[in-house]
Amino acid sequence: MSAPVIAEGMFDCRKAFAEELIALARQDQRIVAVANDSVGSSNLGAFQKEFPDRLINVGIAEQNMVGVAAGLANGGFVPFVCCASPFLTGRALEQIKADCAYNGYHVVLCGMSPGMAYGELGPTHHSIEDLAWMRAINDLTVMVPADPAQTRGAIRWALHAKGPVFLRIGRFGVPAVTPEDASFEAGRIYELRPGRDVTLIATGTMVSRALEAAGQLAAEGIDARVLNASTIKPLDTAMVLKAAQETRGIVTAEEAVVEGGLGAAVAEFTAQHHPVRMRILGVTGFAPTGDTAFLLDHFGLNAAGLAKAARQILSH
Amino acid sequence: MTQAAATIRQLAGRAQEIARSSGEDAPALLAGIAREVRLNVLTTIGEAGMGHVGGDLSVTDILTTLFFDVLKLDPARPDWADRDRFILSKGHCAVALYSVLALRGFIEPELLPTFGKPLSVLNGHPNRRKVPGVEANTGPLGHGLPIAVGCAIAARLSGRDWRTFVVLGDGELQEGSNWEAAMAAGHRGLGSLTAIVDRNRFQQGAGTEATNRLEPLADKWRAFGWDVHEVDGHDHAALLEVLRPAPGERPRFVIAHTFKGKGVSFMQDLVDWHHKVPSADQLQQALAEVGR
Repeated sequence: MSAPVIAEGMFDCRKAFAEELIALARQDQRIVAVANDSVGSSNLGAFQKEFPDRLINVGIAEQNMVGVAAGLANGGFVPFVCCASPFLTGRALEQIKADCAYNGYHVVLCGMSPGMAYGELGPTHHSIEDLAWMRAINDLTVMVPADPAQTRGAIRWALHAKGPVFLRIGRFGVPAVTPEDASFEAGRIYELRPGRDVTLIATGTMVSRALEAAGQLAAEGIDARVLNASTIKPLDTAMVLKAAQETRGIVTAEEAVVEGGLGAAVAEFTAQHHPVRMRILGVTGFAPTGDTAFLLDHFGLNAAGLAKAARQILSH
Repeated sequence: MTQAAATIRQLAGRAQEIARSSGEDAPALLAGIAREVRLNVLTTIGEAGMGHVGGDLSVTDILTTLFFDVLKLDPARPDWADRDRFILSKGHCAVALYSVLALRGFIEPELLPTFGKPLSVLNGHPNRRKVPGVEANTGPLGHGLPIAVGCAIAARLSGRDWRTFVVLGDGELQEGSNWEAAMAAGHRGLGSLTAIVDRNRFQQGAGTEATNRLEPLADKWRAFGWDVHEVDGHDHAALLEVLRPAPGERPRFVIAHTFKGKGVSFMQDLVDWHHKVPSADQLQQALAEVGR
């Protein structure tokens, strides 16, 4: 597996994650990291070096990993469980529901390298169902920071949350879309660009692509609003309602299956409160072989795909 | 107040005394409490028309020994930070736990007859957010031991001296998560952790050995680095002997040999009584046999 594609000006959010976690751990003795042989892939090497006792590596055993985190929360710690997202959310799904959420334990579940970040490793390693699975669990806050600044903000928020949190921490390179000093609140969708014709709501890797698409559409005289859904649950229904009322339709884009994720959340809300034309962009079916950039293009998860969907909405 | 609840209330004062005492009469006193627990289990399940009577009766003596002697607890402060942690991993045997919690003063005895009724806090599987004294919500099998491992690591990391106890069903050991946790606890030498398996030799549908063999159980846990003990799980003196001693270097695994449906002639050692509900006549007979 080759290293992630990080071009100049692009960031691996795991780096911001590790730096912020260490900075917080220096001030807050409650923070522990729980890992499944994922110290390297979760970028926890420096954390382990500085806090050897507070890095609990349970080995390749994800169900035990999440159960142990629940026990640590019971004992007064705030565990940050760091694990490749497909295995955290898939293998330990029942532990996330029963041990963390149903118990009401404050456990921060960090799904590393989500979506199709492990491109060529294939569908077993693609975490494209995680948003649907996590969204379905009661009391679980689901956040997808779009860049390093948001990643830092999400961790700071998660440390003081009251219950369980799922953080989707990207590996694929993304540009900064928010200023370093921007505030971050869970439960908010942020407007990155105003627009009156159509709304593009994107999350994670897709946010910068939505901005790019809005640029392309502007050249054609189409005024597209761009929203960054850095929290999927709870959904910022006020922002969605505003988009539904003020523009002619909504395009959603996520590096996840179209069933049950951001697009589904927006559709569930608008269908009941303000029906609006929608296009839901995401992954459809298991991916063919290819690196992440290729796969995003393959599924139309790029600026061209978003712009095309926006035009389709406006052509009716 | 029902007659059963009144009996419990009366006994509760004595129970607190027993909990504080470590005198030689502890086994006899524990046997008396266990009898009350069994009467309550039968009455509660009879009234609710649901429950896992076989496993409730097999685990009764283990729970009684823990809650009335071994565990460091304060019913007035269920969230006391230094309490010993107890997790009933076989959460389907909630009625036995509720009965013990009622006797020990964590919940009102009057709650027992609400078991399973609409909006009762006493669900078929225990919920820590609703029932004081419940440490973790359990029900799906294979969850208790990993959480207990986390509790034991938390004690070590924070330099506190609470102990962690978990009761597992034997059929439950077929879940792989237990072995992930067993490996982790052995590797880390979590001496403050004690796992007790209610070895009644039956799971829901058949014997454990006929379904997916567990034996040689002691050897397996020894191989994982645990300090293994085998006791008669209905003998309070034997249970006290193995559960009371201070933590050692290794986690402790106690195989408590028990009988499913213990104390009721037509239930004991029969797989049929995993979650069968006794008829009115059967209930009367069972209460009479247990009350003797």
